[in-house]
Amino acid sequence: MATIGHNNLNAKLVLLGDMGAGKSSLVLRFVKGQFLEFQESTIGAAFFSQTLAANDVTVKFEIWDTAGQERYHSLAPMYYRGAAAAIIVYDISNTDSFGRAKKWVQELQKQGNPNMVMALAGNKADLEDRRKVTAEEARVYAEENGLFFMETSAKTALNVNDIFHEIAKKLPRAQPAQNPAGMVLVDRPPEGSRATSCCS
Amino acid sequence: MDEEYDVIVLGTGLKECILSGLLSVDGLKVLHMDRNDYYGGESTSLNLIQLWKRFRVSDKPPAHLGSSRDYNVDMIPKYIMANGALVRVLIHTDVTKYLYFKAVDGSFVYNKGKVHKVPATDMEALKSPLMGIFEKRRTRKFFIFVQDYNESDPKTHEGMDLTSVTTRELIAKYGLDDNTMDFIGHALALHRDDRYLDEPALDTVKRMKLYAESVARFQGGSPYIYPLYGLGELPQAFARLSAVYGGTYMLNKPECKVEFDEEGKVSGVTSEGETAKCKKVVCDPSYLPNKVRKVGKVARAICIMSHPIPNTNDSQSVQVILPQKQLGRRSDMYLFCCSYSHNVAPKGKFIAFVSTEAETDQPEIELKPGLDLLGPVDEIFFDMYDRYEPVNEPSLDNCFISTSYDATTHFESTVVDVLNMYTMITGKILDLNVDLSAASAAEE
Ligand SMILES: Cc1cc2nc3c(=O)[nH]c(=O)nc-3n(C[C@H](O)[C@H](O)[C@H](O)COP(=O)(O)OP(=O)(O)OC[C@H]3O[C@@H](n4cnc5c(N)ncnc54)[C@H](O)[C@@H]3O)c2cc1C
Ligand SMILES: Nc1nc2c(ncn2[C@@H]2O[C@H](COP(=O)(O)OP(=O)(O)OP(=O)(O)O)[C@@H](O)[C@H]2O)c(=O)[nH]1
Ligand SMILES: [Mg+2]
Repeated sequence: MATIGHNNLNAKLVLLGDMGAGKSSLVLRFVKGQFLEFQESTIGAAFFSQTLAANDVTVKFEIWDTAGQERYHSLAPMYYRGAAAAIIVYDISNTDSFGRAKKWVQELQKQGNPNMVMALAGNKADLEDRRKVTAEEARVYAEENGLFFMETSAKTALNVNDIFHEIAKKLPRAQPAQNPAGMVLVDRPPEGSRATSCCS
Repeated sequence: MDEEYDVIVLGTGLKECILSGLLSVDGLKVLHMDRNDYYGGESTSLNLIQLWKRFRVSDKPPAHLGSSRDYNVDMIPKYIMANGALVRVLIHTDVTKYLYFKAVDGSFVYNKGKVHKVPATDMEALKSPLMGIFEKRRTRKFFIFVQDYNESDPKTHEGMDLTSVTTRELIAKYGLDDNTMDFIGHALALHRDDRYLDEPALDTVKRMKLYAESVARFQGGSPYIYPLYGLGELPQAFARLSAVYGGTYMLNKPECKVEFDEEGKVSGVTSEGETAKCKKVVCDPSYLPNKVRKVGKVARAICIMSHPIPNTNDSQSVQVILPQKQLGRRSDMYLFCCSYSHNVAPKGKFIAFVSTEAETDQPEIELKPGLDLLGPVDEIFFDMYDRYEPVNEPSLDNCFISTSYDATTHFESTVVDVLNMYTMITGKILDLNVDLSAASAAEE
């Protein structure tokens, strides 16, 4: 869950979606402002954090990329655990990827925490000439399932910051901690700032 | 699937997942499979529905217990020594960032029919009702000796060479009685039987120091920490580490048959008609039943309760050790209790375990001394499982098989097994010299 302190909000955000839909590219664009034409399938670093200011508070996103475990339907439940937000990504030029995005939404509704903010990202919006999924179709689906929807492009940066911003604004604010949160073991003394969040 | 891997790991228990993570980080190409559709194998944590499926066949859990997903019931309950080897592995691999821990409230010992807090320091010894007034003073002196003892500083040795002096001799020097030594040996030094009395005292002194340092580390009422949402999080966290470093994950793979070449060396693993080739196989005993032998049996009871264990200061999480001698048994019995405070049960519910190395075939009778300490329970499940250890020669067949988890509530032997396997597999020694004095916890 999102936790709050000194007008700081820590929020775990997970990315889900088909292979090659552009999950890692969206993160890379958001965190580093870059885009790679030939982004490799994700292995290696799969954990980022990025801070942004939304209205009254600073939100620190702790972003989890899937690391490929979903490829053979072997994603660990720990992945969704305590996530305050999820971005489900599909590729507008690929009908199958939209179908699989719907599967992820179902999975999240089953496993994730009920207050999770869910965003549907129709990525690769720059590929208008190869479009297979209409914005209208996705918008209707999103509305019916309680998600908010944006078309994005990691390549042109269209709506990338916006989608994270919108999530930041939608995160529940002064959510009372139901259960005192745990601690993260660290290899150095804790810094001034508060640690990452967890728990529901 | 039809690719070639350096290592195929079978089973996603904690040991297999730690190894998978370490091997992927080393740059080896790892395929990790499990016949189950969930992570954790024997060391998973179950929700209520899974628990009922496992122990009550198709029965539905009663509604008054609350929502199934609020439960994370460990199948191998264990606590983690705050300064112990598992914490070193967690920090060394940076897996800690996926996990949240909380100190365990209490550590207790059963003595002459009653439950007492385990005194960890000289000051606590003075206050403990476990001992009479004179014995307290002697114990305090002994604790001060242990606290000050420094292996590399002979001035702290009081003229004794603890690599040759036995524990029995050391105790005699301080004039401690058998009753005191019983709780020190079993509840502080965490020995499982009484062999330590005639072994060099150094090991016991080190274990006592570990206990005290672990208590001091998080200022909890015990030397233990435990992850939120249960131990099932640990294998998942190491599996993620492995995946992040390129490990391939496949759950729900039936069969997982290990294939051998004509020399008897591993050549691959077959599932659903496809064979993945590999040089080495790492697995738990259930995947290679012909290469393991039975070494014992664990008896346990899993209970759901609506109150903490009586006489433990209302601890929301607690361990109680019942030393063998107190029960007239050959092995210690352990109580383990966890609750909402570690997100393993809904508010107001407690999960308690009673476990021991089985000496009979009747867990209901054998576990009674432990069960009697729990008070009324809402639900109880009895279970026995066999423990196995490998009998193969890994240098001949390239199969690296872990040993089953024991009845104790500790992890130290788990990590020792993993580190030995790592060395056998890679020929390397894992350096776990993380600076624990600099390590600490970031509290929410
Ligand atoms: C009820 C009970 C609860 C325990 N809980 C914990 C726990 O939560 N966490 C935990 O780390 N240990 C715990 N222990 C310690 C545990 O008993 C010992 O690690 C174990 O007995 C050693 O197993 P062994 O006989 O296979 O190996 P041993 O030959 O006894 O020891 C194996 C290796 O582990 C080292 N070692 C032994 N004991 C400890 C220890 N306590 N801490 C660190 N290193 C040790 C030894 O020096 C040796 O190198 C507990 C013990 C008991 C009886
Ligand atoms: N044209 C265009 N290409 C994109 C966009 N986003 C990603 N790509 C490309 O799509 C490919 C896959 O992107 P990734 O970010 O690796 O996709 P992913 O979802 O992380 O994939 P996995 O890690 O394999 O699951 C890369 O070649 C990217 O360059 C986009 O918005 N527009
Ligand atoms: Mg990716």
